[in-house]
Amino acid sequence: MRRFSWFNATALTFGFAFLYLPMLILIIYSFNESRLVTVWAGFSTKWYGELWQNEAFLDAAWVTIKVAFWSSTLATVLGTMAAYIMVRAGRFRGRGLFSGMIYAPLVMPEVITGLSLLLFFIAIGLDRGVVTIVLAHTTFAMCYVSVVVTSRLVSFDQSLEEAALDLGCTPFDAFRSVTLPIILPAVISGWLLAFTLSLDDLVIASFTSGPSSTTLPIKIFSAVRLGVTPEINALSTIMILLVTLGVITASLISRRSALKAREDERKAMGG
Amino acid sequence: MRMAQPRPDAVFAPWDDPSETPLIQFKNVTKRFGDFTAIDDLTLDIYAREFFALLGPSGCGKTTLMRMLAGFETPTEGTILLDGVDIGPVPPNERPVNMMFQSYALFPHLTVWENIAFGLKRSDMPKDQIGDRVERMLKLTQLGKFAKRKPHQISGGQRQRVALARSLAKAPKLLLLDEPLGALDKKLRHETQFELMDIQESTGTTFVIVTHDQEEAMTVASRVAVMVDGNLAQVATPDQIYEAPTSAYVADFIGDVNLIEGAVEAGSTGTDVAIKWSATEEPIKATSDTPPPAASTVQFAIRPEKVAISSEKPDAANVMEGKILDIAYLGNISTYHVEVAPGLIVKAQATNTRRISRRNLTWEDHVYLSWTDTAGVVLTE
Ligand SMILES: Nc1ncnc2c1ncn2[C@@H]1O[C@H](COP(=O)(O)OP(=O)(O)OP(=O)(O)O)[C@@H](O)[C@H]1O
Ligand SMILES: [Mg+2]
Repeated sequence: MRRFSWFNATALTFGFAFLYLPMLILIIYSFNESRLVTVWAGFSTKWYGELWQNEAFLDAAWVTIKVAFWSSTLATVLGTMAAYIMVRAGRFRGRGLFSGMIYAPLVMPEVITGLSLLLFFIAIGLDRGVVTIVLAHTTFAMCYVSVVVTSRLVSFDQSLEEAALDLGCTPFDAFRSVTLPIILPAVISGWLLAFTLSLDDLVIASFTSGPSSTTLPIKIFSAVRLGVTPEINALSTIMILLVTLGVITASLISRRSALKAREDERKAMGG
Repeated sequence: MRMAQPRPDAVFAPWDDPSETPLIQFKNVTKRFGDFTAIDDLTLDIYAREFFALLGPSGCGKTTLMRMLAGFETPTEGTILLDGVDIGPVPPNERPVNMMFQSYALFPHLTVWENIAFGLKRSDMPKDQIGDRVERMLKLTQLGKFAKRKPHQISGGQRQRVALARSLAKAPKLLLLDEPLGALDKKLRHETQFELMDIQESTGTTFVIVTHDQEEAMTVASRVAVMVDGNLAQVATPDQIYEAPTSAYVADFIGDVNLIEGAVEAGSTGTDVAIKWSATEEPIKATSDTPPPAASTVQFAIRPEKVAISSEKPDAANVMEGKILDIAYLGNISTYHVEVAPGLIVKAQATNTRRISRRNLTWEDHVYLSWTDTAGVVLTE
């Protein structure tokens, strides 16, 4: 255990306060009795009840979660693959161009990404809806995943993969049973990053969403223009809850899989 | 210097038997990285059940040679045969070869048990036999207590043994060990060397070992290859390498040696060679199976332990006079640095049989060095 120090404690408190105080205020006011957002008038959960009646918000929430889930999953698969190839392939012609093209969307203004995707979807005749938002989010989240996974892969000892090959693994098996488990924390955090990015994206989603597929940020943004309501606070609180749940689930899943592998081993030993 | 003792039963020397087919054949293998040549037109045979040691300075291509055998590098030119079959197109996972990595390369997310079982699970061994095999390996390497630990929870020496057990588990035809004992302390290294030799004898696996420690190569190997700049300087049994190096490079690389340059005197008969090394002193008398022509420049190489040192003039084939410049006390032996001519220092080694027995020899003393005519070798390269 590290020794307790006042500096650490203070830094930690300020850090966390900076990160979470605004959210805490939002959560507190979502339980406000009053319709006025800034005046506390006692505890109540009525806005949650009201929210439950609001079909438009519920639809938007469902769309957002679907989009976030699928786009982050796709982005994780593609981003991990891209990172793996970039790190493993060594030198080949056009490597610099290729890696530049993977990271370009990071610095590209969102408006331009959104607009070009919109034009692209129109050009190929794809109707705007959940699918187009998923594709759009995948494209920009993929480079974030790729950055996270790349930074893990460069420090990954390649002789581990060679050892796996040496012991009879096919290249795919070596990736699946050695590389992936070791870089899994990076892959999971890449997925979470992609999920979060998708959840709160407003600009690209507004370009690529259709009339039947509004996401929560779009909904909230248009609602807020008419004034902040406690309903929106309640909605945001639910979103925070969902994200937290997602994080906890993801870490539980990864721990469970490790436990399971150990269990298999125990059985193999017994048999 | 310790050496593998010749076995009391039949002498193991398949390399002298023309009817033996080698397990591994390098045929004119060249490996280039860009325009850098790491292995240069190398031809080498290694026989089944050998314990073959690769020795050489850093960067001479030892690891590259190993990696070509394991399948991680492909030769730029030439072929490598295993059991008479060209293994060029065979991917690493299909070669009957296992490699113990210099860095051990243990899987950090798996336990010791899982690490050892890793290769077995990917072989055609029935599931119910894997457990037994792993237990056998754990017992062999005395790792039973650590089976459930992860690699980061065991010591460096234990990790090294896990890596060894993992590469041995599949009972490969050929086991490649890249500086396997580099990280161990001297005592554990000696223990493990003998363990390796035991394993080799009981499993009959062919070992190729890379080492920077020549004493290790001498101890474990059936044959030693001294490499230099991507090529072989000499391939021979440890005692041949030590007693009869074919070049000054090898003589100098293996153990301690005195090298004296001179010219062959005319009028030698048979195997006798007289080497003129100084204008005023007596020539060195030596023997050679292939006496070099008169007047050619040669190097006379003699090990310090074959040079006797005394304060009275002895009666020997070769005697040199000189002054002690330095004495290195090494516990059981002492090395005397004697200047026999301006700028020429010859080292002589003497065992310290009794404590402070050679008190009479000290710095600046005038001494005699002597050796027989067969004690050294005449090198033309
Ligand atoms: N992938 C590579 N690309 C370029 N050069 C390489 C590569 N691998 C090895 N080399 C070069 O080939 C030469 C031989 O390397 P190798 O690793 O075989 O040396 P080594 O004999 O094992 O040395 P050490 O004793 O230091 O381990 C070195 O000069 C090294 O720089
Ligand atoms: Mg090496």
